[in-house]
Parts: sequence; structure tokens; C-alpha cells
Amino acid sequence: MRLTLHVWRQSGPNATGKLETYPMDGIEADMSFLEMFDLLNEKLTLEGKEPVAFAHDCREGICGSCNMMISGQAHGPWKGATTCQLHMRAFKDGDEIWVEPWRAKAFPMIKDLVVDRSAFDRIIQAGGYISVNTGGARDANEILIGKEVVDESMDAATCIGCGACVAACPNASASLFTGAKITHLGLLPQGQPERDRRALAMVEQMDIEGFGHCTLTGECQEACPKEISIDVIKRMNRDYAVAAARYVEPKETAGAG
Amino acid sequence: MIELNSNIPSGPVEQKWDKHRFDMKLVNPANKRKYDVIVVGAGLAGASAAATMAELGYNVSCFVFHDSPRRAHSIAAQGGINAAKNYQNDGDSIQRLFYDTVKGGDFRAREANVYRLAQVSVNIIDQCVAQGVPFAREYGGLLANRSFGGAQVSRTFYARGQTGQQLLIGAYQALERQIALGKVKMHTHSEMLDVVVADGRARGIVVRNLLTGDITAHSADAVVLATGGYGNVFFLSTNAMYSNVTASWRAHKKGAAFANPCYTQIHPTCIPVSGDHQSKLTLMSESLRNDGRVWVPKKQGDNRPPSQIPESERDYYLERKYPSFGNLAPRDIASRAAKEACDDGRGVGPGGLGVYLDFADSIKRLGQKTIAERYGNLFDMYQRITDENPYQLPMRIYPAVHYTMGGTWVDYNLMSTVPGLHVIGEANFSDHGANRLGASALMQGLADGYFVLPYTIGNYLAGVKPEKVDVNAHPAFTDAVRAVKAQTEQLLNIKGKRTVDSFHKELGKIMWDKCGMARTREGLTEALEAIPKLREEFWRNVNVPGSGASLNQSLEKAGRVADFIELGELMCRDALHREESCGGHFRVEYQDEGEAKRNDDEFAYVAAWEWTGDGQPQRLHKEPLVYENVKMATRSYK
Repeated sequence: MRLTLHVWRQSGPNATGKLETYPMDGIEADMSFLEMFDLLNEKLTLEGKEPVAFAHDCREGICGSCNMMISGQAHGPWKGATTCQLHMRAFKDGDEIWVEPWRAKAFPMIKDLVVDRSAFDRIIQAGGYISVNTGGARDANEILIGKEVVDESMDAATCIGCGACVAACPNASASLFTGAKITHLGLLPQGQPERDRRALAMVEQMDIEGFGHCTLTGECQEACPKEISIDVIKRMNRDYAVAAARYVEPKETAGAG
Repeated sequence: MIELNSNIPSGPVEQKWDKHRFDMKLVNPANKRKYDVIVVGAGLAGASAAATMAELGYNVSCFVFHDSPRRAHSIAAQGGINAAKNYQNDGDSIQRLFYDTVKGGDFRAREANVYRLAQVSVNIIDQCVAQGVPFAREYGGLLANRSFGGAQVSRTFYARGQTGQQLLIGAYQALERQIALGKVKMHTHSEMLDVVVADGRARGIVVRNLLTGDITAHSADAVVLATGGYGNVFFLSTNAMYSNVTASWRAHKKGAAFANPCYTQIHPTCIPVSGDHQSKLTLMSESLRNDGRVWVPKKQGDNRPPSQIPESERDYYLERKYPSFGNLAPRDIASRAAKEACDDGRGVGPGGLGVYLDFADSIKRLGQKTIAERYGNLFDMYQRITDENPYQLPMRIYPAVHYTMGGTWVDYNLMSTVPGLHVIGEANFSDHGANRLGASALMQGLADGYFVLPYTIGNYLAGVKPEKVDVNAHPAFTDAVRAVKAQTEQLLNIKGKRTVDSFHKELGKIMWDKCGMARTREGLTEALEAIPKLREEFWRNVNVPGSGASLNQSLEKAGRVADFIELGELMCRDALHREESCGGHFRVEYQDEGEAKRNDDEFAYVAAWEWTGDGQPQRLHKEPLVYENVKMATRSYK
């Protein structure tokens, strides 16, 4: 199959970028979208040009590295799939495809299709964990968790941190990402002690990073390769409101000596 | 010359670890903050070790080449993690997990390490649950288990088909918490390109910042490598595209012995190759063999669609050959059996390189809903890649390179032959012998990181004074930085005619053909002639475009492929010298009706290779393997 690719090229964070056009020939339906990029990069290298920088690693839809905006859709036309899982049978001979990086203020440009998503790590640092040191945990079966609860928690925990939700959102909000972590931990009994402070800190960090506000357009759940539901945002908003209403700074207490 | 001392504690195997923990020196809490520790890699082993050591009070610096510690390839592990909890009341115990692992490894692992692994396995599950890992549960709220190959008990804990992801996210969150507390300094986009050995011990590393190209040195009182396996030497494998041997290999060149490089695991259930464009292979979890039945047509060249092949004309070859383990035979055995069926002309799909993994019986017995609940994401993944619906048609699968049991040699304390250089997780060689059982990689990575290294590194640190080194003045550091810069320049200046990938593919083909599922003296000898020629051409004719001063993915890959070429040669040399078949190492000359034939009299040892200089063959050292608790016997799964 023959295709025409228009790919965003930008040599560095402060350089001016533009779309370059690459005609592609000999594309097979069984190729993945990134294997087509491998082919393009081999071609560019042999022509003495610099290959396209793009983020990728596991190529099985779980590491969350790959991030291409494909003809206006984060991760392309297949629902519930990452860029690396998209296969060329999704396209037909003669198609034109536009490939751009995630665009959001909180994801600064690095090069070509690679952007900086470290803001996500800082949101997790703000409170996306349960504070338990190694050792001393009680027997795993002493904590009973109903199957329905753990299944719902797992639905949220499948987030791969790719950032498609931010890229798809007209406000570049990170609410689906943040809500997913708040839901994953907040549903579990182990997550209760820190539930209030987690919601407050993570939401605050999201604002500090420069992500936009959520207006519930729902684009994020359409783009999410793990099909995480915007119900997690509902839960985040409720946890945040409850926490804001009842949270008191921990009292300074004197040590016992 | 290096000396191998396994430092296995004395006493009965059940008491070795407890005794050792008591005998080891401690660093008092106030002194811990005076010690700097470098951890390279943040997969299960690296992230859990970095977080745990920071919790203990050490100053930890963690380096990853990814943009975030959450991307490491541990995340792709699907099926589960073993632990001797005996929650199913089916006769499991620490002793049984120990026995299964030693036997599964075909009697080529160190007993004392494996016993300790089985002991701490139970703590791992407790720790992960406390962190909020959402393991699958029964309706009553208790943890659920599934079965994996090489075991007759259900001891595998899982989170759908995403167990590695959930465990890594748990360790990642623990790590991020320590970063927020200021106890771990995280360096992303930072690739380790050398270990610095100063005054006889590992004192730091040299790192290239992948975004700016800056090459800098970092010092510490101890260095930990948690940099994963080297399966990508075959080009096509289930590993992630960035997985590589560079950190381990550069350590090898600085004096760390490399053990059992030829022990590679070929996983039986992967999606078959579809064409020359293929960049990687995708695993279909071993857990599928709980409910899927493996078969090929009885007749050679039978091209009928599977639905038109009647029961009587199907060969469920694993059930036929191994009735007591059936479809849950260990990986090396199941892979070899698949290859045998395909070599016999009974393979299915394009090129005849595939066998069926059929869920029809289970769907009939349990309903499609139950099967979807257990394996839904794997079925979806299969359909996206192959465009076939596995609920209606049997999956087509074929073996693929998946894991490497070999790796940097370490003693019982997980320290390499370079004092102060510790190696954990898949990067070391220690616990799986010649074949790893399913769901044991996650167990070992987390055992090393949460429960073993944080103790043993204290014993090492207690014996050295915490001292800062001036990385800009000490000759060991400045020399190492200079060497890394020179190699980077050299790669950029060759400006040859071939791409980095073309060399990698050529190496991969040599390795798969000559050092893959079946190895011969003749093939390995040929490979040992071909690989040095490839290395020579690489350094003369590779084309690395762009500059070293910004993100340059071709340059990164070039350095990794250069190391893979050297490693490939060592793997073939190791495979040639080991004149027996054991686990994942199958020498065609040594077999008993298709089953691996070990030679315990001559080869019951760990082969640890010492680097002797560029272009020189490595020197072999042997660590004898002594079995006091499990009787060495021919593995039987019949």
C-alpha cells in the first residue's frame, strides 16, 4: 500500500517546527504503525538525513512511551489501543496521514515527536502512593477486599501514563490520569488513611504543572488506550471536595522524649 | 585474575539466610545517611531496591535511560508472580517452591540462593498488597491464584494479564515517594556507559544524558546494576526495543565475570513472525496454558482450517508426551516440542512456523465470559496483531526469545567479582539455573530488591568508610569519561554505508540460527567465525546520523548493538564449551530421544567468563554446583 505521511519535525525545544511530507511505498497491512516509522527512519538514514525521533519501547501497549497524534486522534483511529498497537490495516491505499506530538503546555517539546511528560511523575510524587516501608506488612490475606471493589480499583490502575488524555483534551487537563490514581488507591482499604491528603496534594500539583481544568468533554476516555472511564474524575472531584471540607493540617506534637 | 567465592553461609539450607542476616554487619541509622548508593535501572529490582535503601536511610541516586522510572520492561510481564503461600491448601510450601525451581532450572542453579528466594517469596506478596497492588481476589475477599508451568500447585498471584505492570507501579510509587522525600535523586534520560573502578572497588558510573549529550561521572560508595536481560541480542525477542546489555557488558569489561551467557529462555507461546518488517515479538502469557490446549494436525502439510480437522486427526502433543504436566510443561520443554512438530512438517499458519493454542474446550466448559475475564486483554492484543478472533479460531503461537538466565556473576550477597558492584534482577545469573519457571522473574526481581540486597549491601558498606571522591580529579573517573567520549565520537565519525539496525538484524539472524533453540558444534563454530567479521564491519561501515549534542536515538542504539555483537560471541563460545544439554541450552549432539541430556559429571558448574581484553577470548572460571538438598536427577514431567 502507498501512503503519504506528514510528520512534525522540530530539531529542539526552541526551534521552529514544521510538517515534512514523506511518500511511503510498500506498506503491508500486518505492519504496526511504528514499524512503518522504522521503515521511514531506515530510508532517511540511508539518504543521509536525520531520522524522526519518536518515543517507544515495549511495543505491546503497556509501557506508555509511545505518543503520536495521528490525523488528530491521540494514538490513532483504533479504540483502546496505543500507537504501537495500531496496525496498518487500519488505513487504505492512498491515505494521507498527519503525525504530530502531544501538544500541551505541561508537556514541553523535546524533539520531533518526543515531549517531556515528567509532570506526571511529579503528580505521583505529590501523593500517588501508600506510605508503607518495606518489611512489616501483615499477611496479605488478612486484608479482605471484595472482588467487585478490587476489579474497579484495577480498572483505574491499568493507566499506563502515556498522556493521551491530556493530548485529547481541549483544555489539556490531566484529570483522567490523576483521577485514575486517586481511584485506584482510594477504593482500597489500604488507601484510606491517606485518602484526603492524597486528593488535595495531587489535584494541587496538577494545577502547579499547568494542566487545564476539566470541563467533562469526555475526549479523554475516548482516547485512553486502557479505556479508563471518566467516572474516575467524578470520584476525584468528590474526594477533593470532601477532603477540602474536612482536612486539617496535622497538629505539631511534641515527642515523648 | 578474578576469584570466584560464592560466600554461601554454612549450615542447613533452611537456616542459611536467617543465620547470615544475624552474622552480617549493620550500619547504624545515623551513619546510613553518610553513604551514597547508585542504582542503575528502575524496573522491579531497581525501583524496589532504590526505594527500600532510601527508606533505610541511604542516599540513593537512581539512573534510567527512560523518561520515567515507570517505563521499565518489567511492566510488560503478564501472567503473575509465584509465592509459597499455600493459600490454596494444595500442598505448597517453601520447600516445594525451592524444589520446583531447582528442578525447573535443570540443576544448574545455586541451591542456597533458590531456597532464600522461596523463603522471601511470601513477604513479597504481603508487601505488594500493603502498597495497594490490586491482585485478583475471590468473591469472599481472599487472594486468587492460578497455575503456571513446571508446578503442580496453584501458587501464582496475578492482576489480570498485567501483573508486571501492577507490581512495577507499586515499586514505582514507593520510589516516587522517596524522591519526594528527597532520599532518592532521580536521573531520567540518563544512560550508564561505564562503571568506574577506583582503588579496587566500584566507586561510580559514567552517564550520557540522552537529551543534551552531556557525559558526566557520578560517584558513590556502592553501585547496583538492575539493568535487565540481554534477549535483544537476537534482534527479535519479547523484550522492549530499548532493553540492552550495555550496562552489564561495560561492567564485564571492568572486571565483572559474566556467567552462563548461553542460558537463554525461548518462550513457547508468542505470536508468530509475520514478515521482514517485524520489530519485536509479542508474548501470549503462559497462564493461557491453564485453559488452552496445544495441538498440531497429525498429518504433515495439513492445510485445512482448524475447525475442519476432527479430534481424531489432532495431536495434542504436550498432553501425549507429558501426561502428568500436560500443557503446563516447563517453557524449555514446551518450546522444543513446538519446534519438533514444526520441523516435522506439521506446523500451522504462514511458513508452517506455528502451533495451535486452542480455547474451544474451555469456552465450552466455562463460558466465553469467564475466559474473557481471565484473559480478555491478551485476546484483544492477539486480535489487533493478527486480525483473527481467538474466541472463534485457535491462537497460532510459536516460541520466541524471552528471558536470559545468564548474566553477571554474583555471590550469595549479590555482589559481582568487582567489590562494591552489586547486580540484581534479570541482570544477574543467580536463581534460575538453565531454565526459569513462569512467574518466577517477578519473584526474583522483587526478592532481590526488597528483601535481599538492602541487607547484604549494608554488610558491604559497614566494611568501607564513607568517602567522597572528586570525580573531576580522580584519574579513574577522568579516564572513564574520556573513554566514553572517545567512543561516542568514533561512532559518529565512521559515516559508513549501513544502518545500525541492519547490523543488529544480521547479528540476530546468526544468533537465532546458530545459538537459538537447537545448537550444534558446527553451527556454533560457524557463528564464532561470522561474528568477529560482523564486528569488524560494524566499526568500519556503520552510519550513525546526527550529532552527539542532542537526542540521537541512532547513536544510543549504535552503542548497544556494538555491545550485543561482543556478547553474541561470548554466548556462542559458552554454548560451544558446554557439551551437554540442559534447560534452555539444547545441544543437538546431546539428547535422549529429544529430551535434554545433562552431563553432571563434567558440567555441574557455573561458567563464569573473565574479560581479558579487546579481541581476546574470555577466560573461563568454574563455580562447582553442589546439591545437598535436592537429588540431582533427570528432569521428568511425564
